[in-house]
Amino acid sequence: MADLKDKNTRLTVGKTYKLYIDGKFPRTESGRYYPLHNKDEIIANVCLGSRKDTREAVVAARKAFAGWSGISAYLRGQILYRIAEMLEGRSEQFVAELVKQGLTKAKARTEVAASIDRLVYYAGWTDKFQQVFSSVNPVSSAHFNFTVPEPTGVVTIIAPEESGLLGLVSNIAAAIAGGNTCVALASYSMPLSAISFTEVLHAADVPAGVVNVLTGSRAELTEQFAAHMDVNAIVYCDGDAAVDREIQLHAANNIKRVVRRTGIDWSTEKGQGPYFIRDTQEFKTTWHPVGG
Amino acid sequence: MDETTSKLAFDTDWQYDPAPESTDHIRIDEQYELFIGGEFVAPKEGRYFDSINPANEQVLARVAAAGKDDVARAVKAARKAYQTSWSTLKPAERAKYIYRIARVLQERAREFAVIETLDGGKPIRESRDIDIPLAAAHFFYYAGWADKLEYAFPGKQVAALGVAGQIIPWNFPLLMAAWKIAPALACGNTVVLKPAETTPLTALKLAEVIRDAGLPPGVVNIVTGAGDTGAALVDHPDIDKIAFTGSTAVGRLIQKSLAGTSTKYTLELGGKAANIIFADAAIDEAVEGIVNGIFFNQGHVCCAGSRLLVQESVADEVIRKLKDRMESLIVGDPMDKNTDIGAINSPAQLAKIEDYLRIGQAEGGEMYQSSATLPTTGYWCRPTLFTGVSQSNRVVQEEIFGPVLAIQTFRTLEEGLDKANNTPYGLSGGVWTDKGAKIFKMTRAIRAGVIWANTFNKFDPASPFGGYKESGMGREGGLHGLDAYLELS
Repeated sequence: MADLKDKNTRLTVGKTYKLYIDGKFPRTESGRYYPLHNKDEIIANVCLGSRKDTREAVVAARKAFAGWSGISAYLRGQILYRIAEMLEGRSEQFVAELVKQGLTKAKARTEVAASIDRLVYYAGWTDKFQQVFSSVNPVSSAHFNFTVPEPTGVVTIIAPEESGLLGLVSNIAAAIAGGNTCVALASYSMPLSAISFTEVLHAADVPAGVVNVLTGSRAELTEQFAAHMDVNAIVYCDGDAAVDREIQLHAANNIKRVVRRTGIDWSTEKGQGPYFIRDTQEFKTTWHPVGG
Repeated sequence: MDETTSKLAFDTDWQYDPAPESTDHIRIDEQYELFIGGEFVAPKEGRYFDSINPANEQVLARVAAAGKDDVARAVKAARKAYQTSWSTLKPAERAKYIYRIARVLQERAREFAVIETLDGGKPIRESRDIDIPLAAAHFFYYAGWADKLEYAFPGKQVAALGVAGQIIPWNFPLLMAAWKIAPALACGNTVVLKPAETTPLTALKLAEVIRDAGLPPGVVNIVTGAGDTGAALVDHPDIDKIAFTGSTAVGRLIQKSLAGTSTKYTLELGGKAANIIFADAAIDEAVEGIVNGIFFNQGHVCCAGSRLLVQESVADEVIRKLKDRMESLIVGDPMDKNTDIGAINSPAQLAKIEDYLRIGQAEGGEMYQSSATLPTTGYWCRPTLFTGVSQSNRVVQEEIFGPVLAIQTFRTLEEGLDKANNTPYGLSGGVWTDKGAKIFKMTRAIRAGVIWANTFNKFDPASPFGGYKESGMGREGGLHGLDAYLELS
């Protein structure tokens, strides 16, 4: 931290970066941390989240699933829009934080603006993707038969390493727009915006447990993100072939859906779309007889 | 008769006369080879296995066992066909080939039904009225998609994947082949299909149909064999897509085998569906639904209603009527048109079912079986139910894949729902009630891919089918079934 060189200068109050689990902001139960540097300066002692933190986050996400998937799509849309509103209001803070993590001011501004717009984009999809992807099926027997998407459940997200805010926001927004709850692992090298984003979620009335965010080591936590038996799907964004293989091996234990999102430039339109929502949806087909 | 039983009087002089379907008009060769590159070829290692009629334990035919080299040859033929003929063909022409398959299957339906029943043990009534017509309908449905794919996924470009490796089970041999082959071909892929080792014959007959329909050589290849043949297919590096229907245990192995590859996969796995009967249901109809749910195809059905959850106030009535109805089920010669429950598919499957009957009783369940007389040769299991079982019992948790129903009761809707969803599986579910609002509450809340309300075990080519959770991923049937065989960009 910068020294107080002039006694008339006010000492700034630094922020302790925490995890976000079940709508609360604990430090990691493990007590561990890793220092985050900007050049030679330590800018934060970031939580090195543990396997136990992950378990608690999955429990919270599961607990929140019935409520979040049960509310109306309209309300989910309004909450996503509210997140955008809250982020817009704090955009200067996020720009400053991204700059602190090494981005130029111009790039930081672009990334924050794109993150806000992405939230608005998905806010609009919450009550529309079902109509795009559902069907009424003309079966030959005397039955009414239709197919609709439903959220798969609890989704873990290994958020993009290279896109600390926009990559995280894009993946969380697609998962929760579809009614899933999630546990995301923030970028290791750019974790600060992720944690500050959870404060935005908190302020936007996102119910506790719908989004949980951990910081920590990918090498340490990926296994459990992929292996946890109460997780329905895992989204992997980094594209490391060895890690990808490990994820598939662990995911197979409960036939977990593995969604790979590699090589995506999150700052373009290729980084959004209803198919990102569909990736973590199940299709349910319902039959009922037609008769007198 | 006291008032707790309404047992029908079956012990009269009236008996059903045998009504066997004729086998005169069908031809089963003594030996079948592999169908690769448009011709029937001998397996390189010269290994063969017998396909047995499970109703009389007689050998029906000797069938080639494909080894690794044979699988490689089939994949090569499929790749060549993909590159040289199938992917360059106009989609509308592709459609016409698939329509041809549908038509020939309809023309030869009776022959296919008889062979399906001989090879697999299912009642002729089912193979005649369900398996074969549905298989033909599946080809007919997907044929029409071939030149309309750009309408299926708004905002996306679609392209074929390439070569699909497909592994199917023994419970609906021809129908599963149709579920796999039809959408794959319509989307422009070529195929290597492995039928189950106990029921290979109708797939080989289908190979004849495909050859006679004039499909370019190698578009469809059929390699018969057991698990090692399937593993060779999954492990082959030049496969773009694996589609598997079978047990969750094998599905898990396949997902692991494909780790670290870019091969796409869809899995249609096991189930332990709850059929939920509310007190306000039309009870007699519900009983028919329960019977259809668990005794259809000897219970060899991944989406079978193998758990019955009945609201407490009507439990006695439902169970009594169910027992009466079970007593009327005819177990025996699958070729007899009156037969309701045919032969168990294989001695291995019978042993597994009998294991569960012992486990269910050892865990404290009360077992009830109908008094049906069983034939002396062949593999048979009486329709069976367990009462007095709890959520943790293995016969409640595990897929038995036989005519065995586990019955539990519930009081409130929430309790019924909790019990229904308390399983790692999520393939199907059933709800019986007269209240529309309750139907929608239940059908939305059951975590499964196919929900039947006031009906059960209905299938249609236009209707997507597939599981939540450990029952698999991906859908087969309908528009949604195309996704498994296309690259979206």
